[in-house]
Amino acid sequence: MEGLISLAVKAIFVENLALSFFLGMCTFIAVSKKISTALGLGISVMVVQAITVPANNLLLTYLLKPGALAWAGFPDVDLTFLGLISYIGVIAAMVQILEMILDKYFPPLYNALGIFLPLITVNCAILGGSLFMVERDYNFAEATTYGLSSGFGWALAITAMAGVREKLKYSDVPDGLQGLGITFITAGLMAMAFMSFSGVKL
Amino acid sequence: MSQSKKDMLIDPLVDNNPITLQVLGICSALAVTSSLQVAFVMTLAVTFVTAFSSMFISILRNQIPGSIRIIVQMVIIASLVILVDQVLKAYAFEISKTLSVFVGLIITNCIVMGRAEAFAMKNPPVASFIDGVGNGLGYGLILMLVGFIRELFGSGSLFGITLLETVNNGGWYVPNGMLLLPPSAFFIIGLIIWAFRTWKPNQVEEREYKIQTVEAH
Repeated sequence: MEGLISLAVKAIFVENLALSFFLGMCTFIAVSKKISTALGLGISVMVVQAITVPANNLLLTYLLKPGALAWAGFPDVDLTFLGLISYIGVIAAMVQILEMILDKYFPPLYNALGIFLPLITVNCAILGGSLFMVERDYNFAEATTYGLSSGFGWALAITAMAGVREKLKYSDVPDGLQGLGITFITAGLMAMAFMSFSGVKL
Repeated sequence: MSQSKKDMLIDPLVDNNPITLQVLGICSALAVTSSLQVAFVMTLAVTFVTAFSSMFISILRNQIPGSIRIIVQMVIIASLVILVDQVLKAYAFEISKTLSVFVGLIITNCIVMGRAEAFAMKNPPVASFIDGVGNGLGYGLILMLVGFIRELFGSGSLFGITLLETVNNGGWYVPNGMLLLPPSAFFIIGLIIWAFRTWKPNQVEEREYKIQTVEAH
């Protein structure tokens, strides 16, 4: 249990997907102009991340790993090279299913998050989360915790960024830095602030 | 086609650069630039994937039904990325370890998807191929530039060859440790964008609010 909590804290602050691994940067920069949209996107990412990382973990354990197909009578098969294509398939399918479920049973939530869901398939934070899960050899419990907390970390980062940018538009920025340039520098400053968490030991 | 092939290749380098203007593919641009060698391999990988995925998608563009095109594009891109990944693992294992998840993340690199969607779906294969190479190189240009600055001033070397002898090894150069840390990449890209836009003022974005000075009475 303690291991899981420390993993969660690490995934949220120390190894924040957006600010220390630069994942999901395209959306991070493009959709962080207003707090409300940023928050909506952040929550969608968190939900999708919390579903896809454990799902890909199951896929890896029972289908892809060397020897994983022993239950089907193929103990020598190693399908890990199919990893990338299966993870992205799972992500695309999950996003689609989530969209349909929300549309059918939770229309208000669908209206709030709907436009962001297709964007999420191509968000590197989601695929990155699954790939980190594979690389670090997480078990199912760890994968679930990691999925949820890394999604939360991303949501936190984009909401904070949107907060900064809402104020930033009133400031007198040099012409060439207007827009994209100053956003990068702001993100850099935020990343430095987040680095101060790296000394935290649990 | 009003654009010549040469323009299509040169255009994405500065005038329509995928990173500084189209805001595509930033994720990996930041993460793999702490040394020039890694940045170089990443450039090659992305150029290869962008060029060939654009070409294949363009060949198939009249057969792909609109409603499932994203999935079809994904499958083509993912297959190419798996190819790159396996080749890197076989012939450049050290580099593939350093790149870790970022090779896989070429799949979700917006440049590849973006060019497939915006260009390859509407243009013939050869043009799409050239467009893919151009955009891959435009991306690579920024990557190498950032990698150059970070490696030269962060560890005093280029491609692993020491140019500025660091203090630790008895030289004179005190390396700037911050350049090896992730946030520096943000600053460098921000400054590169500033430089690009000062050079090409038509890329400057409109201000949302004009600052006006009011004369005191």
